[in-house]
Amino acid sequence: MKTVPFDEALTRYEPVIGLEVHVELGTQSKMFCSCSTNFGAAPNTQVCPVCLALPGAMPVANRAAIESIIRIGLALNCSIAEWCRMARKNYFYPDMPKDYQISQYDEPICTDGYLDVTVDGKVIRVEIERVHMEEDTGKLTHSGGATGRIHGADYSVVDYNRAGIPLVEIVTKTVVGTGALAPAVARTYVAELRDLMRALGVSDVKMEEGSLRCDANLSLNRPGDPWGTRTETKNVNSLRSVERAVRFEIERQAAVLDDGGRVHQETRHFQEGDGTTAPGRSKEQAEDYRYFPEPDLVPIAPSREWVEKLRLTLPELPSVRRARLAEAWAIGEFEMATLVNAGILDIVEETVAAGVAPDAARKWWSGEFTRAASERGVEPADLPVTSADIARVEELIASGALNDKLARQVFEAVLAGEGSPDEVVAARGLAVVSDDGPLLEAIDAALAEQPDVAEKIRSGKLQAAGAIVGAVMKTTRGQADAGRVRELLLERLGVEG
Amino acid sequence: MTNISRADVAHLARLARLAIPEDQLDHYAEQLDVILQSVARVGEVAAADVPAMSHPVPLLNVFRDDVARPGLDREAAMAAAPAIEDDRFRVPRILDEE
Amino acid sequence: MSLIRDNASVLASAIAEGEVSSEEVTRAHLDRIAAVDERVHAFLHVDSDGAIAAAKRVDAKRAAGEKLGPLAGVPLALKDVLAMKGQPTTAGSKILEGWIPPYDAAVVERLRAADIIILGKTNMDEFAMGSSTEHSAYGPTHNPWDLDRIPGGSGGGSAAALAAFEAPLAIGTDTGGSIRQPAAVTATVGVKPTYGAVPRYGLIALASSLDQVGPCARNVLDTALLHAAIAGHDARDSTSINAPVPDVVAAALNADVRGMKVGLVRELSGAGYQAGVQQRFDEAVAILTELGAEVIEVSCPHFEYALAAYYLILPSECSSNLARFDGMRYGLRVGDDGSRSVEEVMALTREAGFGPEVKRRIMIGTYALSSGYYDAYYGQAQKVRTLITRDFTEAFEKVDVLISPTAPTTAFKIGEKVDDPVAMYLNDIATIPVNLAGNCAMSLPIGLAPEDGLPVGLQIMAPPMGDDRLYRAGAAVEAALVDRWGHLLIEEAPAL
Repeated sequence: MKTVPFDEALTRYEPVIGLEVHVELGTQSKMFCSCSTNFGAAPNTQVCPVCLALPGAMPVANRAAIESIIRIGLALNCSIAEWCRMARKNYFYPDMPKDYQISQYDEPICTDGYLDVTVDGKVIRVEIERVHMEEDTGKLTHSGGATGRIHGADYSVVDYNRAGIPLVEIVTKTVVGTGALAPAVARTYVAELRDLMRALGVSDVKMEEGSLRCDANLSLNRPGDPWGTRTETKNVNSLRSVERAVRFEIERQAAVLDDGGRVHQETRHFQEGDGTTAPGRSKEQAEDYRYFPEPDLVPIAPSREWVEKLRLTLPELPSVRRARLAEAWAIGEFEMATLVNAGILDIVEETVAAGVAPDAARKWWSGEFTRAASERGVEPADLPVTSADIARVEELIASGALNDKLARQVFEAVLAGEGSPDEVVAARGLAVVSDDGPLLEAIDAALAEQPDVAEKIRSGKLQAAGAIVGAVMKTTRGQADAGRVRELLLERLGVEG
Repeated sequence: MTNISRADVAHLARLARLAIPEDQLDHYAEQLDVILQSVARVGEVAAADVPAMSHPVPLLNVFRDDVARPGLDREAAMAAAPAIEDDRFRVPRILDEE
Repeated sequence: MSLIRDNASVLASAIAEGEVSSEEVTRAHLDRIAAVDERVHAFLHVDSDGAIAAAKRVDAKRAAGEKLGPLAGVPLALKDVLAMKGQPTTAGSKILEGWIPPYDAAVVERLRAADIIILGKTNMDEFAMGSSTEHSAYGPTHNPWDLDRIPGGSGGGSAAALAAFEAPLAIGTDTGGSIRQPAAVTATVGVKPTYGAVPRYGLIALASSLDQVGPCARNVLDTALLHAAIAGHDARDSTSINAPVPDVVAAALNADVRGMKVGLVRELSGAGYQAGVQQRFDEAVAILTELGAEVIEVSCPHFEYALAAYYLILPSECSSNLARFDGMRYGLRVGDDGSRSVEEVMALTREAGFGPEVKRRIMIGTYALSSGYYDAYYGQAQKVRTLITRDFTEAFEKVDVLISPTAPTTAFKIGEKVDDPVAMYLNDIATIPVNLAGNCAMSLPIGLAPEDGLPVGLQIMAPPMGDDRLYRAGAAVEAALVDRWGHLLIEEAPAL
């Protein structure tokens, strides 16, 4: 596929972006029936007459899902409809049991909001057109032909566990004037939405499990010209992919336009492998979804009292919170982004609240525990270590009872289920050796073993001291304070430190 | 007002997933035309300012609590499936992507 | 007593008193079905084993001294459009041939809880689309009054089962008259309750905003008893009304219309109504007046557009409701030879599984909802629906109930209208407005048309949640007619 280098494309064209994000809500039960929404259950075990669309079954809306979407709308500064209806979107597809999706058409529950995102220190307001309620489809797996691909498959199989899970669709208005920042704006917007969903507690927003999915619309136009024809890129399922997809479409569409061609209004699919987009199978004609009000569900008319009650439950917005914590912890945007991307901001905040210094809390969570979590394939916050454990270990370090190396050993043992830090210290006999007697013995032994090193130190080559300190640490199995060993060593040899 | 052609019937049949045989398109076109002409009478009513009525009950905000309950076991859920593979419903190959 | 001719309330008290067992009553009806149903074809499926087992449980309960419900042990015929766990449920369509639901419809649960014995599933127009039961994929049902004639539709099977004394109770569903018109042409009683009064959960949907489940029997009191057994809120149906059910049984026992204001709907009589139908209707009006009701004429000007609005709204909703019959999860699958695409297999399945009337309506609905046509068809029909509802509201400010003939003609010959959809649709002209507005209505027999000797029905209509008014007025008319004839009209049906 022909492309134009990104920077060059932007010398001739202005990108216009639009984003449609689907968020699977983290309710206990599905949108219109009481089936569980647990991820990863055995196929077709979380189904019932309603979500299998058995003849005669009827939907009943989940109150928690409606409350979640109203809270999302409020957090996105939207107006909440006083009266709206669900609508049927009619099209045949084997992952959709009713062959229509219960969605919303011209009466979305939330409209006209915005979300501010900061890119390169610049605040960009992304306007929200609508937030509406709908339901997810089942999961298709394709067999035969090229592995796992729909094209060339001989047949497909369907698991309806996911069918009917509440889905919220958040649609932006077109975002103009972002220029070269367009890919980063798209990425940052989706990241910000993700953080917002997490803060609201309405979804686990795991892109890798498909609980947040993004479609990116993009068009290019020459400065001063009307907007160009847009493409809709689907299948964009990570933050990185959002950025890459927008970037690639800019490069691709620029090449098409440069050649005097026309961009086709079409659906494209993002290819994770090479970061390109590929056209979907073009339809013979535009789908006609024949929307009409869902007769099996009565209208939704959220009272203003209800809406205001829900507004009171809104958490601090992620951007406000990040700014507050960055200031309190005296860290910059980059360090904060690292914590957010690692998914440890909450737990670091909790650890600081338990009395641990911010630097130490960050250090433990982004180092030791992130590593341990990835080894075990769990989230850092799910590790069997508490903020109180970290606070206790930090106390022991401050009192000199533990050093860094010992502290790491304590946490290893805590993670291995050997008990609390105090129990581990007691059971393993881990403690800094603070009595000079045994240290002097060990120093003498080491000097005797390495007389040449002793001579070097005496002659003023202080860097050689490391070898003796190292040997002492080894004989004391790390339980010595290396600083004290060095002091004693230099004293012994009569050298000024 | 209406005049339904063979092509219209073919289009509707495709939207509705009905493999109407070629030789029946004209017959359906005739029947649909008669029906549509008769129902087009609704257009005679002046109703510009009249609200559309989608529900014949004055109910609002009917919700259920968010409590998960067991549904059907897989055997019951799949008992009537025309084809099954690996505990999933097997369906013919898909050309269109949604 | 006659186990198959007695009314449900009589049978229920005989069972409760131990004069007869539910098993005997049930077996008598199964024997009757075996004897006559080959000619009537009211049933698509008879569940003899299940019925007898259920009857034995009722008898055991009685023997154990447990308190029984007012219809306990009495057999019933269930329209095949309601899901019944473990029993074939086809909605009269080939596309569901062999499907065994894994769950019970809400109404079926209530019938079981009331210890009513379900004999089997009755024939119907495919997916309840029709007024003659000729559109059943399993062959037509015959009217016990004249086997060459239709028993009405879509619930012709349920009405014929009552008229043929194959069951003293039946369940029907009414989207545009499918309970009332069959009742009218078979001299039985049928009620379309207020929309939302009886839960639809488990009712295979035709048009969700019009469908309602209702009771059918051979007299008004039995109908009321069955109504009371199935009505009331169910949380699985979002359109179910959460309010006390009007006391329909008390109303049926209080057959008194003195002082009741009755409105005769000007638009639902005259031209297009068979002379004998009009004659019997006029007599019924006279009876109401004699009984002390005040009958006045009222006008509902938008009713003349009801048929057109209905035949847009219904196909629109049904085109969507019937989409799920695609051969992927249950039911028929046709043409899956390993090379055809899912779209082709769905289309071949639906082509083979649906009859012509279903396909016509699906295509009409698909058209009416299409972009570019929505406003002129579906949207406009919904506005007309509002106007019809307003006509009712205004009329009910003046009167307690409205009346009309139930159907414009008596039962016509099988085959007479089957290829003329628009002529067929005219059968529903008087019954449709009630469904559009969500009101309730009853049909009860008021005599035979002199020119053909076939039954004529009176339709009584009441506002939403005014179902008790139907029973009060209906019971009064019925009592006056029984006084006059010495028996229910159904007793005059020819022997089979």
